[in-house]
Amino acid sequence: RQELLKWNGWGYNDSKFIFNKKGQAEFTGKRYRLGGMVLPTFKEWIEKTFGASLEHKTTSRASLNVNDVPPSIVNEEFLQDLRATKISYSQDAEDRVFRAHGHCLHEIFVLREGMFKRIPDIVVWPVCHEDVVKIVELACKHNLCIIPFGGGTSVSSALECPEEEKRTIVSLDTSQMNRILWIDEKNLTACVEAGIVGQDLEKQLAESGFCTGHEPDSMEFSSLGGWVATRASGMKKNIYGNIEDLVIHIKMVTPRGIVEKNCQVPRMSTGPDIHHFIMGSEGTLGVVTEVTIKIRPVPEYQKYGSVVFPNFERGVACLREVAKQRCAPASIRLVDNAQFQFGHALKPQVASIFTSFLDGLKKFYITKFKGFDPNILCVATLLFEGDREKVLQHEKQVYDIATKFGGLAAGEDNGQRGYMLTFVIAYLRDLGLDYYVIGESFETSVPWDRVLDLCRNVKERIVRECKEKGVQFAPLSTCRVTQTYDAGACVYFYFAFNYRGISDPVHVYEQIERAAREEILANGGSLSHHHGVGKLRKRWMKESISDVGLGMLRSVKEYVDPNNIFGNKNLL
Amino acid sequence: LVTVSHSSFVCSQQKELTSKKRDEFEDILEERRLSSDLRYAMKCYTPVIYKGLSPCKPNAIKSAVLQSEQVQYVIKQLAKEMGESPDIIQEEATEILDEMGHSMQLGAVRFFAFTLSKIFKRLFQRVCVNEEGMQRLQHAIQEHPVVLLPSHRSYVDFLMLSYLLYTYDLALPVIAAGIFLGMKIVGELLRRAGAFFMRRSFGGNRLYWAVFAEYVKMMLRSGYAPIEFFLEGTRSRTAKTLTPKFGLLSIVMEPFFKREVFDTYLVPISISYERILEESLYAYELLGVPKPKESTSGLLKARRILSDNFGTIHIYVGQPVSLRTLASGRINRCPYNLVPRHLPQKPSEDIQEFVSDVAYKMELLQIENMVLSPWVLVAAVLLQNLPAMDFELLIEKTLWLKGLTQTFGGFIEWPDNLCAKKAVVSGLTLHSNIARLVDGHVVLNDKGAEDGAVGEIVFKRALAILMCATYRNQLLNVFVRPSLVAVALQMTRSFRKEEVYSCFSFLRDVFSDEFIFFPGISLK
Repeated sequence: RQELLKWNGWGYNDSKFIFNKKGQAEFTGKRYRLGGMVLPTFKEWIEKTFGASLEHKTTSRASLNVNDVPPSIVNEEFLQDLRATKISYSQDAEDRVFRAHGHCLHEIFVLREGMFKRIPDIVVWPVCHEDVVKIVELACKHNLCIIPFGGGTSVSSALECPEEEKRTIVSLDTSQMNRILWIDEKNLTACVEAGIVGQDLEKQLAESGFCTGHEPDSMEFSSLGGWVATRASGMKKNIYGNIEDLVIHIKMVTPRGIVEKNCQVPRMSTGPDIHHFIMGSEGTLGVVTEVTIKIRPVPEYQKYGSVVFPNFERGVACLREVAKQRCAPASIRLVDNAQFQFGHALKPQVASIFTSFLDGLKKFYITKFKGFDPNILCVATLLFEGDREKVLQHEKQVYDIATKFGGLAAGEDNGQRGYMLTFVIAYLRDLGLDYYVIGESFETSVPWDRVLDLCRNVKERIVRECKEKGVQFAPLSTCRVTQTYDAGACVYFYFAFNYRGISDPVHVYEQIERAAREEILANGGSLSHHHGVGKLRKRWMKESISDVGLGMLRSVKEYVDPNNIFGNKNLL
Repeated sequence: LVTVSHSSFVCSQQKELTSKKRDEFEDILEERRLSSDLRYAMKCYTPVIYKGLSPCKPNAIKSAVLQSEQVQYVIKQLAKEMGESPDIIQEEATEILDEMGHSMQLGAVRFFAFTLSKIFKRLFQRVCVNEEGMQRLQHAIQEHPVVLLPSHRSYVDFLMLSYLLYTYDLALPVIAAGIFLGMKIVGELLRRAGAFFMRRSFGGNRLYWAVFAEYVKMMLRSGYAPIEFFLEGTRSRTAKTLTPKFGLLSIVMEPFFKREVFDTYLVPISISYERILEESLYAYELLGVPKPKESTSGLLKARRILSDNFGTIHIYVGQPVSLRTLASGRINRCPYNLVPRHLPQKPSEDIQEFVSDVAYKMELLQIENMVLSPWVLVAAVLLQNLPAMDFELLIEKTLWLKGLTQTFGGFIEWPDNLCAKKAVVSGLTLHSNIARLVDGHVVLNDKGAEDGAVGEIVFKRALAILMCATYRNQLLNVFVRPSLVAVALQMTRSFRKEEVYSCFSFLRDVFSDEFIFFPGISLK
């Protein structure tokens, strides 16, 4: 898999945004629906939004310079013990660098232009639970530090090696533990090894007619174990639930031994649920090796949809009502105007005059006939799943609510494009980086009554901080509501700016992101909805869960891993 | 006056205070004297507004207030406690709101623009405004909700401020006024010009408090108009700045604490009068004569003052202060995150402390930009040399005091080319009701008292002295800190820093209701 993926950016090697010879934007590769398409208005959007220009380009170095990589320091006795277990391992520089980072901006920046101060000394590939047990035993015996590595999609600095770590760092790559061990059709559960990545899991389950329905935006690359370790959330949680709702049983290897339950039941009252020590532990307690997860029959019918609202306020009010009536479709998302415009800029060249005529007509209807201001309106995208009949019924219910809030149905195609963009959008940062534009996304969860205030204030704070820090062009500061709950919503922010004229862009970026997080907390938002804490957001943990709360987590860590074998320093 | 011999202290203060650059003033009446008032009143008035404003009518705000979760919550609570139907309490709330609410109308605004032009031109020689301050204000109004915090020396304050904003094409403020409920016609007119009224005391009335607070916050959140009120709560009768009231200030700060707005600008405004319209009324009041109740007929009777000259007004619009900046790092956000925002919540201790700090800071900023006229110096010198004083000596001492005042950072409006004699004479002319020049001596004016009863003579004297003192008091703000240091030095008869300082602190605490000191901050 390492060969298929970019070493210094997001996703597959063959998939990326480029500017072709005519200066038009294009998305390469055949993996996505956007692949091979020309995006005629995208260049203009970039120039207008960021003040970026194609003449000003920075390039990443073409490949890793092996001489820069810190040497691998591994004690020979451990290597001998390891060889005895027949578990495959590598001390190769590229292998180690590949597992030294996640996808935070500063990490990608380092890959493009510098080198990490500390990276794993050795990578091991266990193929089953027993292998992991052996590795953890060896680590305890030789006092090594283990950092579990799943899909490598962390955006919380969780995979970064602590610089001051003097022991040998073992990167425990779970990718070879990727089998579905069994499927239980009577109870609709499947036992799966934790290293399987999302898309493989869904593909393999589909062969038997099942799915988990867990689809985080990173599902192409992120792993089941990673989901458990970070308390992941999937796009379709309204039907299938978040990871904590999906998990029936977890097996985890810790320095103290193996932790698991005695049965696979839907619920039990046996004190605090030990699963909740594991979920969100971010690799600080041990390695998740096997997970029993709920499965569902693959839905008979899927339908996308979209609704245009006159403004963001009405859109949020509609989502709130949908949540209140508990009739949210598998997914419902609301993007603000800036993201609507962005989505618009990613429209591929239309094939025929007829389509372009239709588009024009639609636009005319919405802006002129219905009086929507194209600079204020916003769009909700919908995904329905289930029996055909029920889907249609459900669809009508949701559209009826939307109408009450001034929403206009805007077609299936726009909805589908919206979800496709979710996967493609992650590739954009690499393009931006080539043209002095840096950016990132971050998320939070917030009670319903504060959604609007939080969105407005955080966006405003970002704009202000940019100005104060000397960013010369107004940043892109935009948000979307991506999940609805009974008591609140999950909000995602995208933020990017042109850093020309700034000597230390990453530092400026981090200051602004920090200010934005302060703003979120001051507005009653959470530290994280599903990205996790890692090392990036540790400083706010005490405030988030109180001193005592932090102490509770610490005492668990102290019992389970007294020698800090799992020493990635996340969370606590 | 106490002179200060502590030279190092003087030096450091001097550097800090006199180096502060202040804006230039413009006379807004000049233009009025040159062109038609009617045209001015009918001018195209399109004020800049808050960028996030969704325009709405005063009545829409009122109904939004009544429907708000905040007010509804209190209504329900009260209904439960008193066993009455919520409808009755709702009715009561409506009445409260009607009594309170403004109904700003452009017609009334134009009426005021016209009449006030006429009146102000007769009363005042000049109305001087720092234009830069107005520009900053214009900027601020577009960006965030704005709270105007003027000093309060006269009823003219809020009329003048609204007049000023109209002149500069800025959104007229809504004004929290605790007055005029007795004056039907004038009250209604003011209401239409944007004033809203609050009862002077409503401590115990929860419904009133809820309606009032929500009304103010609603206008602030929606960015409907700048909100104006007086931190001092009432007109200062002595020209000393009164210690601040916190109620309204904490109301206008709350939307920011709850992050319903991104930020709020607080704008300190210093309005200085060369001669205060109510000067003799204040003196009477201080002598125990009850304050006449505000009434329309009383106002008509007061017409005769129109023939008098009240000199120059200086209005200094201070730098808008961002509440967000003030609060940064000071507020624990937890209390606001853990309770629904519409529930009435007693502010935590750190919030209360913060509100108080801000109030004092705003008043100090007001004080800093108060303009002192030469007459203030004359009055101060004169009071030290009663009953009469040689004119030449007065000039000499006034000049000396001028130097001293400037050294301590006093903001004296003394035209460069004006010689001391002229300045003193013009001050005396303007205040001929207080003091006059007789045979080369300046004496207090107690005309009409010579042949009266003893009681009357004393009364007249007291009146003149009190009026004089009112003007002198304007100097006190400049001198209070160095004076306390001087007193502390005398009392301790020691030059040990700690001893002097502890004595100073003691004095400061003793006088903390008398002068404005920033709470808890030590001598720097």
